[in-house]
Amino acid sequence: MSTTQLFSYTLHLADNALILAQRNAEWTGHGPVLEQDIAITNISLDLLGQARNFYQHAASLYNNFNEEEKDAVDKFIPRLWKEYNRELQEDDLAFLRDEHQCLNLLITELPKGDWAHSILRQFFFSSFQFYLYQQLQNSTDAQLAAIAEKSIKEVNYHLRWSSEWVVRLGDGTEESNQRIKNELADLWMFTGEMFIPAPYELVDVVSLKTDWIKKIETVFAEATLEVPKQSWMQNGGKEGKHTEHMGYLLAEMQYLQRTYPNVTW
Amino acid sequence: MISEKDIWQLLEEVKDPEVPVLSVIDLGIVRSVKTDDDKIDIIITPTYSGCPAMDVISMDIRLKLIEKGFRNVSIQHQLSPAWTTDWMSEGGKQKLKAYGIAPPNPKQQFCKEEMFRQEAVQCPRCNSYHTELISQFGSTACKAMYRCLDCKEAFDYFKCH
Repeated sequence: MSTTQLFSYTLHLADNALILAQRNAEWTGHGPVLEQDIAITNISLDLLGQARNFYQHAASLYNNFNEEEKDAVDKFIPRLWKEYNRELQEDDLAFLRDEHQCLNLLITELPKGDWAHSILRQFFFSSFQFYLYQQLQNSTDAQLAAIAEKSIKEVNYHLRWSSEWVVRLGDGTEESNQRIKNELADLWMFTGEMFIPAPYELVDVVSLKTDWIKKIETVFAEATLEVPKQSWMQNGGKEGKHTEHMGYLLAEMQYLQRTYPNVTW
Repeated sequence: MISEKDIWQLLEEVKDPEVPVLSVIDLGIVRSVKTDDDKIDIIITPTYSGCPAMDVISMDIRLKLIEKGFRNVSIQHQLSPAWTTDWMSEGGKQKLKAYGIAPPNPKQQFCKEEMFRQEAVQCPRCNSYHTELISQFGSTACKAMYRCLDCKEAFDYFKCH
């Protein structure tokens, strides 16, 4: 494991959590009922906390790098920060990187859509995180292992909640069933990227697919949904190639730090 | 000079800002206290990754020690081993109940990802087990919402973790 690889992978894990946290936070005040509004924004908060832990780790790795190592990851380092003349911090990585420097999965950046869309996305993503963090707990990098050990306890709740909602919508009314089917048709092509390995990944994501599919099938059976046959999949997020939605998300999320550098309140 | 034992005792006075009946000791988030001459090293562990109370708790610990004249204090956060509600003190659980929040059940009962599992949660007001889940997520990351079907009160449950 090279230090470049570890740094890039940590950013990838952080970006996944941050971008989905941002999307879920868009439900604040817009949930279908108050309790579920609170539920999805609680999940958002957990993900934000995970993102902070990963960004703090990435920043601390970078600050301890030698010049050669710093050069090797320079393409991920925000230009604005270089003018600050201080150590790299978690917020610089979250709020100052450009779109092509972000390594999150495409599925995390898609607009929140309707409730069925956000629920199904959360279910696909939480199932993935669940099996991923199980493996990551064995990482030779002690801090990544510790973050995974901490986070998986939260993911348990995210997975249970989103599974229950997939069943509620799939096996609910005619309209809820139709809506989740529509979203399934749109979202499925974004699930393949989770299992297409990027060169920096330290967990063998290909090996997670069997368990992931099994989980999807189990919940779908209860929800009276079928796993799509379609096999063509979108990808690119892990290499910084994003959908047209990503720029707008970053513009909103990063606006304050870019307009008023280093502002606090 | 202050002994480690005295510091543990002082920390009893530092409360969780979101559940002010619990001290940081009751919560089980203080993992170690070490003294070396006038230097004090404290390790705490977060309850949830995104818990906004953690920064406030670090600050409150620092302030409490400054109040008693100790300025050379280092507070480190440690993620592993991950915090569990099993580390909450028995006294803490009783204080929670008296405050109107159902204390966490032992973890082994229910902390899994499987769907639609029911957990027996006791109403902190009338002690009935005839209760039902409203939502797995509540006013803070650590709580779920329940309602009692006997006394009809809604209440928070400090969920197992």
